[in-house]
Amino acid sequence: MQSIGEAFHLALSLVLSGEADLYEIVGLSLQVSLSATLLACALGLPIGALIAVSRFRGRGLVLIVMNALMGLPPVVVGLLVYLYLSRSGPLGFLGLLYTPGAMIFAQTILIVPIVAALSRQVLEDLHAEYAEQFRSLCLTRWQSIGALLWDGRYALLTVGLAGFGRAVAEVGAVIIVGGNIDHLTRVMTTAIALETSKGDLPLALALGIILLVLALGVNAGVQSLRMTAARQAHV
Amino acid sequence: MSDLPITAVPPVARPRDEAVMKRPLLPLRVSGLRLASGGAALLDGVELSLAPGGCTVIMGPNGAGKSLLLKMLHGLLVPGGGEVSWNGTPAAQATARQALVFQKPVLLRRSVAANLDFVLKARGRDRARRDALLREVGLLHKARQPARLLSGGEAQRLALARALATDPEVMFLDEPTASLDPASVLVIERIVAAARDRGTRIIFVTHDVGQARRMADEVIFLHRGRVAEHSRADVFFPEPRSPAARDYLAGRIVL
Ligand SMILES: Nc1ncnc2c1ncn2[C@@H]1O[C@H](COP(=O)(O)OP(=O)(O)OP(=O)(O)O)[C@@H](O)[C@H]1O
Ligand SMILES: [Mg+2]
Repeated sequence: MQSIGEAFHLALSLVLSGEADLYEIVGLSLQVSLSATLLACALGLPIGALIAVSRFRGRGLVLIVMNALMGLPPVVVGLLVYLYLSRSGPLGFLGLLYTPGAMIFAQTILIVPIVAALSRQVLEDLHAEYAEQFRSLCLTRWQSIGALLWDGRYALLTVGLAGFGRAVAEVGAVIIVGGNIDHLTRVMTTAIALETSKGDLPLALALGIILLVLALGVNAGVQSLRMTAARQAHV
Repeated sequence: MSDLPITAVPPVARPRDEAVMKRPLLPLRVSGLRLASGGAALLDGVELSLAPGGCTVIMGPNGAGKSLLLKMLHGLLVPGGGEVSWNGTPAAQATARQALVFQKPVLLRRSVAANLDFVLKARGRDRARRDALLREVGLLHKARQPARLLSGGEAQRLALARALATDPEVMFLDEPTASLDPASVLVIERIVAAARDRGTRIIFVTHDVGQARRMADEVIFLHRGRVAEHSRADVFFPEPRSPAARDYLAGRIVL
């Protein structure tokens, strides 16, 4: 086994060499997790907004469940999605198992509760400020929700980011429904797990470094967007 | 029911005729209006009638319940007791035909123009009116600026433009000039007076006695959650009947 320093050195040269296999894996990771994030936002933001503006019996219970679902273990989600997508499962006819589609499916389910719960919090604070004005203007519920989503858009970027961070970093769900098939469903996290178990630390480390840099880059991008917005007093 | 509108209903109702066909909102009758919080009576049996047309100024010391009363008349707060009847229509069903300019304006996190666009669109009004409304309140040159960066007085003026955008039959104004410079105060008073002359019923809360004299056709003096006095302006200012109003106008502390 190499020393850590040696492994780092090899990893860096791998990253810089622009090796096709490596970047294929990175590309698929981004493709899967970004798709899942977009889908989760399309589902989770309206749910969060609807709960933020609604008062109904059992609302407290819904909030507790939603918060609990934020901590869904990826392997459990993977297992459930596997059961649904397997040949004998209710969605088996889709033939999605062991494809990127299955991985997107699983990650979407994993992060919808995150997007819904966090956006509910953000939008509820905004709604507290707007509610009386909205009632005076006699807006419909969907007009209110639309206005909240639009006015909260910069804060909601952070919510989407939290979802993306969780998706791109998880390994349990994608490895079960994707199967970590080379050139087909291998993403950064499953590759890291595999290479580490095989003892190929430089490749695992190289992927780990890219994962970190990506996370930092995406965060920095969103943060600067928010700061621009804050300067323009749109937040 | 005997108090149905007598207006003949045309065979085909076009949207434009809607307002014409509706039964007018006034007169307003308020009886026994109460609101309590934690054992304290905030509104304590408010009795009130308002005739159509003109401007009613509501005055009274801090905490008298003026803002609460406006919100109840506008159907935003449910009273703990009593009744608000806009010519037979309960307050909650009259909200859409009224506008309230809040004591602290709440503006959307968008440009000045977009704030008006939003309301015009949501309420199905002509979007082309936006610039005319902005010009009326003197904010046309700020149209593209984020509303959150407006000064306190400019924000009040935008809130007023937004209220006018909904063509209200009744307009409530809760101290709309509290933080304005003297020239802006007169601008707002002129806009409100113009709306009144077009037939909008004005209900205006202010602490500014000079303003009240300029604006009021009649005055309601609210004290400790009750109507202490309800008089015509030409009676109220020279000779207030209630001791509380007398003290208030004389600049003495009213508790
Ligand atoms: N939501 C509420 N819950 C409990 N008490 C309230 C609430 N809103 C207002 N109050 C109380 O009701 C009283 C009347 O409030 P209101 O805002 O109507 O006063 P006001 O006459 O408008 O005073 P000001 O001239 O300072 O604006 C105050 O003592 C206030 O603390
Ligand atoms: Mg007040």
